[in-house]
Order: sequence, then structure tokens, then C-alpha cells
Amino acid sequence: MLLISCPNCGSRDETEFHYGGQAHVPYPENPNELNDREWAEYLFYRDNTKGTFAERWLHSTGCRQWFNMLRDTVTYDIQAVYPMGAPRPSTAVPAAPESGTASLAADSTTTGTTAPSTSATSTAPGITKSGTTAPEGATK
Amino acid sequence: MSTHQLPEHPEFLWHNPEPKSSYDAVIVGGGGHGLATAYFLAKNHGMTNIAVLEKGWLAGGNMARNTTIIRSNYLWDESAAIYEHALKLWEILPEELEYDFLFSQRGVMNLAHTLGDVRESIRRVGANKLNGVDAEWLEPDQVKELCPILNISDNIRYPVMGATYQPRAGIAKHDHVAWAFARKCDELGVDIIQNCEVTGFLKDGNRVVGVKTNRGTINTEKVGLCAAGHSSVLAEMAGFRLPIQSHPLQALVSELHEPVHPTVVMSNHVHVYVSQAHKGELVMGAGVDSYNGYGQRGSFHVIEHQMAAAVELFPIFARAHVLRTWGGIVDTTLDASPIMGTTPVDNMFVNCGWGTGGFKGTPAAGLTFAHTIATGAPHKLNKPFALERFETGALIDEHGAAAVAH
Repeated sequence: MLLISCPNCGSRDETEFHYGGQAHVPYPENPNELNDREWAEYLFYRDNTKGTFAERWLHSTGCRQWFNMLRDTVTYDIQAVYPMGAPRPSTAVPAAPESGTASLAADSTTTGTTAPSTSATSTAPGITKSGTTAPEGATK
Repeated sequence: MSTHQLPEHPEFLWHNPEPKSSYDAVIVGGGGHGLATAYFLAKNHGMTNIAVLEKGWLAGGNMARNTTIIRSNYLWDESAAIYEHALKLWEILPEELEYDFLFSQRGVMNLAHTLGDVRESIRRVGANKLNGVDAEWLEPDQVKELCPILNISDNIRYPVMGATYQPRAGIAKHDHVAWAFARKCDELGVDIIQNCEVTGFLKDGNRVVGVKTNRGTINTEKVGLCAAGHSSVLAEMAGFRLPIQSHPLQALVSELHEPVHPTVVMSNHVHVYVSQAHKGELVMGAGVDSYNGYGQRGSFHVIEHQMAAAVELFPIFARAHVLRTWGGIVDTTLDASPIMGTTPVDNMFVNCGWGTGGFKGTPAAGLTFAHTIATGAPHKLNKPFALERFETGALIDEHGAAAVAH
């Protein structure tokens, strides 16, 4: 069973949650202009990623709030939890607390080395109030 | 003395050839559907210069992990047609393949626990009869007569209010089905190549011309994908998308028991399906884990839930023990019907989306998909299941209609 770290309630068993499928699928901006192919894409086609997948979960028997999660669909390890509306965190590397900046720094090498020190709290909006980058014990 | 120790090795059912540099067609996936497709390509269409590529071992995916239920009591005409055709093939295949894979037509019962269930069931019995599928409605006392270990009393949470029954349905030994197809494929000249994982496709413009594998590149005129839970991964390599989601589906067996369960019982509402294997294990399954997963394992609460349902319906199971649980990766579609036919890539064909019910469809999937690969056009039975239905809206919505929730 997954142990899921709800942004509002903390770690709870998977049985308290409801799965919502792929995250970041926006409603079409101009629905009247879509052709049948585009409607099919919106209604029926979702990514079916083998690996790190951004997905929605609802804490249905807790705070009843939706949130997003990055989870590996092979190992089932939960890599990040972040609010609805926030962009997908760039990290895919589960990092130990305190070393969270290291993996983000790797992504920012092209723009210099000053960013990392601030990134632990600000560039990972994701990563929830409960603090650490990767909820421990994602699966059990 | 040593000459007496070991008997001669029995005949191998199939060989393990090295891949050739080119074939007329390549089937990706050496499970039931891939092997059946290769068999019918060779037998019905004379295509014997073909290969089945299997990334692991033969029939080690969902073919080794299903609960072996075979039935054709689907609601909609399109489904009834293809599943009933499959059932008719199951009835003749042991003779045709010269291999007794213990197809046991012990009947399948689908229980009704609510007024809604009762209405849906009686409607489905009517629809089945109109489609030439054997179906009966059973009252609770008739249910008890057919399966005495079922609890039909009112003192359970969801009492049994009746059941649909398909007498010609049943179970078969899944591994033996795969071996039967594999042996015939091998005899007909098909190369079955295990431990051969597809890593990419070669294209000339929009036409597939070859397959890249961990054992080298194989040129081919045509490619048929039969990879179940990994169909999306292959489609992505080829440059198109499929409207499927891969989920873990778990099942379990008990230790061996004396024969106690004479038929197959499925319950959509409390959600479990149970039969007793030939050897004596109670075999159970239920629904998928809710999340997408490629891990061939799921969460334990799903197992717990299906066992609770089983014990409620069959009180004597309370003394049985779980021997083993496992998971497979099933490729579900939003209308709970399979996808068969052409793809956006020329000369590449797909057979996927069978979700939780692919085993029963094996012979018809093979027969019709072979036709599609050989002729480039749909067979009349798989035509309604084309990928285009998600654009036209002509879905075949078997969710809740097909006698069990998927």
C-alpha cells in the first residue's frame, strides 16, 4: 500500500485517497474550434508513462482536497507532492533532505551557480509544507 | 549405472532459434495473443517466414497471471460477436492444436446483489440469447443448487438475488494454451525468439521497415504489436499514442483443496471472481489497482477486499489460506473494449486494450489480428474495435455492461 503525504494532513494510507489520473491536462481553450481528432485527444488520450509520472490525487476521506504528485510507475516511489496549479517540479531524483539543492543545481548549470542556494524553498513549490523533498516511505 | 539415472529428455515443444535478419512479419509479444496471431498467420494466410519476439520468457506476462476464465456473455453486439467466436474456437482448439489444455466448460455464474444488478442481468441474458450466446437467469435457489457452497441467505451485507449463467463458459490451463500454440507455431516454421526486447523501430517515411532489438536489427514488412500492458511504450517508440492506461491487476490462489467449487462464480457488486483450478487451488481475482503502474504488483488492501468478498459469499473459505498473490499489467481503455487494427504508422498494426479480460479472447484476437496483418484490412469481427472509434465516438461501452466491472 502506498503511504501518501497529503499536503494538508500529512502521511496517510492510500485507502484514504482517490486516484485522478494524469495531471496538467488543461480544458481546451477554445472548445468550439476543436476537430474530432483533438476532442479524442482531450477526452480519451492520456500519457501512460513508464517511469516518473505527474498525477492527481484526492484526499477523499481526509481534507477532500486535490493535489499533484510525481510518482514512478515502475517502483511506485513517490518523488514529490505539490499543489494543484503549480508547475511540475523539475526534479526526478529523490534527494535526501539537506541535499535537495544538489539535484536542482544540476539543472541550472547553464545559467550559473548562484541559484542553488535559494532553490530549496522557492523553486520547488512542490514540495509541500510538510517540508522535505521526497516523502519517505513512499511504498510499503 | 549412470545410464539408468536420467531418462531421455522429452521432445521440446518449440525451439529457440537465433533471430534472422529479416522476416515477412514480426509479432511483438510472445504471450497468448502474440502466439495465437502467429499461429493463424501461418495456418490461415500461409505466412510462415515470421517471428514472435518476446522480451522475457514465452507466455510469462499476463498469460501466466490471469484467472483463466472464458465466457462470452457480453452485452453489446460487437463484443458478443467476437467473444462468442472466441468461445467457439476454444471448443475446437484442443483437437486442432492436438493438445488437451483442459478446457473445462463448467459454466460461469454472474451474481446479482441489488435490484439494479437484477435488471441489468436479465437484460443481458436477453441480449445474449438474441446474439446466439447461451445464457440463463437463475433464481437464488437455482444458484444454490448449482453451487452449494454459496451463501444465499439474507444475513449477509449484499444477499444473492439471482445470477446469470452461461453453461458453455469455463476455465482452461493457461500455460498449456500458450504451449499448445507455441508448439504448432514452431511446427509451421514460425521463429519464437525469447529474451529479445524491442528497443525501437526503423521507418522509411511513415512506413515501418524494421525492428531494433537487444539482439540486433530485424528487417520486416509488417509489425503486429501484442504487448498488452507495454503497448503504450512500444507505440511511443513508433511515434504514436494509444488511449490506454496500464494498471496493476492482482490475483491470488489458496493452497490445494478437495473439489468443493463446481463452477465459476463472479460478483460485480461485492467484487470477486472465484473458481477452483484443476489441481485444487481456489483462484481469485477482482479489480485493478486504481493507479497507473508497470510494476507487476499492487497494494495489499485490494487483495484484502477481494478476500472479504469471497469469505462473505463462500463461508467455508474462511478456513483456507492464501498461498500466493501476484500482479500483472493490464492495458485498460475507457470503454473497456480492446483496440485492434491499423495504426498511424503504415504496416504497423496493434492489438491491445484487452484490459482485464484478454485471456478469454485469445483465439479470436489471434484469428482476426492475423487477418488484419495479412490483408492490411480489418476482419469483420475486429472492425468495430479500431482505434478510430475514439474519434468517431462509436465506443463499445462494456463498463458495467460486461458482467463484471473492469
